[in-house]
Amino acid sequence: MKIPLLLKNEELLKFSPRFWRKSFSLNFSLRDRRFVIAVPFLWLVVFFLLPFLLVFKISLSTPILAVPPYDPIVQWLEGILRINLNVGNYLRMIEDPFYASGFVTSFMIALTATFWCLLLGYFIAYAISKAPRPWQPILLLMVILPFLTSFLVRVYAWIGILSNDGFLNKLLLFLGIIDQPRQFLYNDVAVTIGIVYCYLPFMILPIYAVLDKIDPSYIEAAHDLGARPWKTFWRITIPLSMPGILSGCALVFIPAMGEFVIPEILGAPDNLMIGRIIWIEFFNNRDWPIASTVAVVMLLLFVVPIMVSQRRPGSPNGRVDEGRGTP
Amino acid sequence: MKRMTPFSLAGLIIGYAFLYIPILTVVVFSFNESKLVTSWSRFSTKWYVSLWDNEGLLDAVWASLKIATTTATVAVILGTLAAVMMVRFTAFRGRILFSGLVSAPLIMPDIITGLAMLMLFVTTEQLIGWPAHRGLMTITLAHITLATAYVYLVVKARLQDFDLSIEEAAQDLGAKPAKVFMVITLPMIAPSLVSGWLLAFALSLDDLVIASFLSGPGATTLPMLIFSSIRLGLNPEINALATLIVALVSFVVLIAGVIVYRRQRRYS
Repeated sequence: MKIPLLLKNEELLKFSPRFWRKSFSLNFSLRDRRFVIAVPFLWLVVFFLLPFLLVFKISLSTPILAVPPYDPIVQWLEGILRINLNVGNYLRMIEDPFYASGFVTSFMIALTATFWCLLLGYFIAYAISKAPRPWQPILLLMVILPFLTSFLVRVYAWIGILSNDGFLNKLLLFLGIIDQPRQFLYNDVAVTIGIVYCYLPFMILPIYAVLDKIDPSYIEAAHDLGARPWKTFWRITIPLSMPGILSGCALVFIPAMGEFVIPEILGAPDNLMIGRIIWIEFFNNRDWPIASTVAVVMLLLFVVPIMVSQRRPGSPNGRVDEGRGTP
Repeated sequence: MKRMTPFSLAGLIIGYAFLYIPILTVVVFSFNESKLVTSWSRFSTKWYVSLWDNEGLLDAVWASLKIATTTATVAVILGTLAAVMMVRFTAFRGRILFSGLVSAPLIMPDIITGLAMLMLFVTTEQLIGWPAHRGLMTITLAHITLATAYVYLVVKARLQDFDLSIEEAAQDLGAKPAKVFMVITLPMIAPSLVSGWLLAFALSLDDLVIASFLSGPGATTLPMLIFSSIRLGLNPEINALATLIVALVSFVVLIAGVIVYRRQRRYS
């Protein structure tokens, strides 16, 4: 509100009908307001919140051979209420090493990929923020462009590079570094490279958004006080860009944990990341309850804690959304 | 103009080389005559011709375009409403729940979103007989939910640095709230709606995992087709198709970039 004359006397302002009309109508009339809130809210509750509650419910049921292939938990059988809760799926998560090793594999690969993404992404974001001003929007657009082309195509490109008669082997043979083709494809390193490549924009964008806002006078002050450039970078720039680093890491780590396409195409056949376990249990074994259980455990162990920790105290908007994919 | 340090220049060169060389290899070898994708024989466009004869491919492209267009349009409406709601209405019941719900799809692994959405449709089918079968419609509904989150982000960013005094001026001159929104606010946030629409379109066109969970017999989208082919390894036809996708996306992004850039210059 910019009403300089009235601002001096705020009490007076509150009695002014003009103030009431303005503040009321700026927030839309009551009917519009309800509509604006209800439509997206209902949509998200029905198509996002409700499905997760159903996944939780199905994770507690027993798989059977039927359509759909799980036993209803609550059932009326000849007038008797039958409740059939099955916590066995959760016990299997602990007892069966198949699932535990899946979580460990996913965690390690996602952690390694996030580390390399951070290293490379910070380097690139820093370089963009130091580029001449008029170039910066173009450079950012060039970061987003590969993200908008097909994900599958970007994964596919790495088959051509890493395969036995691929470009990397050809280059290394040509340079005389190796004398026979090496196997680069179908292992965890290939999966990690694929994840770093595909998720790099999600690291660059939030870090750039933060670097761009750092007041240059802090850097100047550090220089004036005699800090070497490297020390300035370590003590001033890095701590100030921490929010961007954290949201970038969350944006890479969580989707990487649940990645299905990359391990399926670049990974070894026995690479069982969580995403592949869910896929196999669901499509190949038709065991919907166990697929749901894996999903619930992953949500509770990784997705929810990271999302909650991303929430800035005092701000209702999570940090997670900062700078993701805004061309 | 400030000179760049060798460190930053190296960052740019390494970074963009890493981002673009893999895509370039796919593009270059789409014009390769040989069936062996990684050995160059001579220039040829025959893989593009054979794409055109692929009946299943055209159907899949058509299905994907239908899904993506509907998704982008509905997501722009929902995402804009959500952004207006979060930026302008600072207090309402369930605001925290809503802010979590609207940004959760961004970070949720696709495989969990896909599974959850399928469970919803299976349950509603049992309870009320809808949807009778899964296909383009169920995929579209799931994509709208995902894309709304992205549109919300883009529009919210624009609304947050919006000068409210312009709206106030319009109201002082007697415009009703709805009119202010249509005549003042909407045109001013239009560039973000365009980028939101394009982003939603691109996301929907690109999704494999969610679509695989929610599709039914006879509904094959383009990514599902590409996936079943690259699972078997390299294939020059896929290179040609990838090149077409890359060319199309670059063209659209370029046009949109120029339009948005010009508009922003006019307003600022």
